[in-house]
Amino acid sequence: MKTDPSLAQPQSLVDIRGLSISFPHANQGKPLVRGVDLSIRAGECVALVGESGSGKSLTARSLIGLAGQGARIDAHRFDVNGLPALDFREHDWRALRGAFAGLVMQDALVSLDPLRTVGAEIGEAVALHAGLRCHAERSARVRAVMSDVGIPEPERRVRQYAHELSGGLRQRALIASAIAAGPSLLIADEPTTALDVTVQAQILAVLAARLREGVGVLLISHDLAVVADIADRVLVMYQGEVVDSGPTGSVLNNPSHPYTRQLLAAQPSALSRGHQLGSARMVPDPQALGESGELTILREPLPARPAPSDEIVLKVDAIGKRYARRGAAGNDMFTALDDVSFSVHRGEVVGIVGESGSGKSTCANIVLGLVTPSAGAVDFLGTRWNGAKLKEASRRALRPRLQYIPQDPLSSFDPRHTVQQLLQEGLFSVDLSRRAVIDRSVELLEQVGLDAGYLGRRPATWSGGQRQRVAIARAIAPEPALIVCDEPVSALDVCVQAQVLDLLAALQARLAMSLLFISHDLDVVRHVADRVLVFKDGRVVEAGEAERVFESPQHAYTRELMAASPSVRRVKRSLEPGGALMNRSLLVTL
Amino acid sequence: MSDLPLSPVSPIARPGWASRVPVPVLLAAAFLAVLAFSMAFPRVVTPYDPLVSDVAHAMQPPDATHWFGTDRIGRDVFSRVIYGARYSLLIGLSSMIVSLLVGLVLGVTAGLGRRAVDEGASRVFDVLSAFPPVLLSLFVVTFLGQGIVNMAVAVGIAGIPKFGRVLRSQTLGVRRADYVTHAVTFGMSRARVFVRHILPNVLAAVPVIATIDIGSAIIAVSALSFLGLGPQPPTPEWGVMLAEGRDVLRVAWWPSVFPGMAITLTVMAFSLIGKFLARVYGVRTR
Repeated sequence: MKTDPSLAQPQSLVDIRGLSISFPHANQGKPLVRGVDLSIRAGECVALVGESGSGKSLTARSLIGLAGQGARIDAHRFDVNGLPALDFREHDWRALRGAFAGLVMQDALVSLDPLRTVGAEIGEAVALHAGLRCHAERSARVRAVMSDVGIPEPERRVRQYAHELSGGLRQRALIASAIAAGPSLLIADEPTTALDVTVQAQILAVLAARLREGVGVLLISHDLAVVADIADRVLVMYQGEVVDSGPTGSVLNNPSHPYTRQLLAAQPSALSRGHQLGSARMVPDPQALGESGELTILREPLPARPAPSDEIVLKVDAIGKRYARRGAAGNDMFTALDDVSFSVHRGEVVGIVGESGSGKSTCANIVLGLVTPSAGAVDFLGTRWNGAKLKEASRRALRPRLQYIPQDPLSSFDPRHTVQQLLQEGLFSVDLSRRAVIDRSVELLEQVGLDAGYLGRRPATWSGGQRQRVAIARAIAPEPALIVCDEPVSALDVCVQAQVLDLLAALQARLAMSLLFISHDLDVVRHVADRVLVFKDGRVVEAGEAERVFESPQHAYTRELMAASPSVRRVKRSLEPGGALMNRSLLVTL
Repeated sequence: MSDLPLSPVSPIARPGWASRVPVPVLLAAAFLAVLAFSMAFPRVVTPYDPLVSDVAHAMQPPDATHWFGTDRIGRDVFSRVIYGARYSLLIGLSSMIVSLLVGLVLGVTAGLGRRAVDEGASRVFDVLSAFPPVLLSLFVVTFLGQGIVNMAVAVGIAGIPKFGRVLRSQTLGVRRADYVTHAVTFGMSRARVFVRHILPNVLAAVPVIATIDIGSAIIAVSALSFLGLGPQPPTPEWGVMLAEGRDVLRVAWWPSVFPGMAITLTVMAFSLIGKFLARVYGVRTR
């Protein structure tokens, strides 16, 4: 790409007005994307934010002619790289992909060819577009690109395959292959969604470095917090339309559209503790009359809950778990969990945070009595629950008192069962007549905000929020003392997450249950938990009252985790007009 | 803003695959329905007795009175094909049931059992599938003696590994499914989890394999009958008819071609329906 020196303004890479995309056989032929205006200049980061199905990925893919087979694209103006792209043919697009625009997708493991080394993958883009046919030149370029994206020891990594790299390195390799031919535009479709917060921060830093080099970035995310730090402008999409757009600071602090306001209000945070998220509203601040447009979030308090008692429900005593490494010799063991102790009191919500591989899920499985620990023991309601040589039969009587809400409820539903049968399963330990089972099922559905009409249906085609409600209804059916929630909201969009968290909090208070709440999302744990445990490499590195831990973290790792965690509260200081307003944190609770 | 349609989408209707059944599958189903009707009420379909010979009208080519012609001793080929459906289909069905029952027990045991049990059952499948199915059935018939029941058992034994292997892998998948783990957290006993969750979900694969298998069972039955190891003449079994027709093939094509077509069409119909079911239920048959 050669920059035209006659242009005074930074070059416009993409300029689109009134874009609409439709498929003849989807959505009754109605457009899935309507009236979208999008322009990206060199060195600028534009973020497309919206929930799943809002049309953000489709919009981004249409920029490189990958909207999909049979897609009908209409626009008043559709300039890509300064050329009218509406009547592009496939070979025009092909010349553009890689050379003008690189695409980074969410899942690097499936986006990289498993049969080729990372070096070959990146080298291909170099050979195709940069015209470097000479082998030595090409591999020098590949190594240069790899160090650009922060892959350590490029000489060694070029010979490795995608599955040999960690998630973060893999994502960097994918970015490297996207920028190898020196494109002016980088389209990143949820590039950090599957990654831990610390790795996510590193990947965002790699994107920021591209921006400084004058590359334009289109960043797609479902999470406003992720884009808050890096994006210059934000476009919020909802049901195929852009409902809010503008400089990042003004969209975050002064959203004009109700949807954006709702999105921001539903975000859990330190200030939302003890309050409902689903009903939270962003309204003009009544105390700041006169100052134009200042907004604040109004939240209703959650129903009062009984104070946690001293009675210990769950006592985890120095548990550890070691696995033999696959294909390794006898004593090469992998320690998944090492010397973890904690207890949960009646009516208490204990949060567990940590990155993937930190032992959170192993701990959950031992607490649930699904995995036997290699060391230590678990007591539940004063009885020995899990430990060496303990048989499942001795747990059976107490099983109904300890329930489980998984991340993906659908896979925990027997695919043949209706909601009625699923709930019956939860009630199987309770001795009830057939009639009483149905009455109780209806009552359970009402408690989770679903009506009796759902009883005869199967959850396979439902939305994530509805499925999670059924999973909650099933878990509370046997009146448990403790529910283990393993990432219960991480597959949900922010607004649905807010509803599910409110529901869990209300039920927890009403039924005086204890919750063991596992999540990688610090904001969510901060919102729900009374006490929190921070896991790292199978150990608890910090434990304490949630507010104390998040307010003044003692351990270096906790601080690192918190710094890496994206948050809408730390709004980018921008030099856009109105910057003074943006720098103020406006998310206050009344 | 309270009227924002933020609550999640209403549940989508079940995909209407039922209305999108491909035409060949519909034709196959219609053919089998006609066959089943003629099996049940052969007298309605044909006026002739399949066993009564009429030497005066032997070796008649197909015409308006004898649609499929007559054979060497003047029996009506059409009515023999119709009556023959009873033998061929019923023997095919019973041998499929033999394969299903033994394959189900072995496959589920292998899928649930310890490693040694799994290895044992899997080796049984290996040994059984090491022989070509017809050869294996031949061995068994030689060992048990001729006859309809023995032949059904023989063909059934040859079909065990197909059922056993699919049901074993199905069991392996289901026992590790999250919903089975979840049932354990309700405090259910092993037997209860097996009956409520594992068995029904394993059985979901059965209609698919059964439909595909019944076709190959019919071929095997006909082949054995053709070799004279099943029902004996004058039984109007399709394989037997093929064998009888072979003697006169130089002068008359109809006594062999029509039973041959009956076998081909029946097997094709079952296999079309089976493949369709496999796609609908997402079951892998290999």
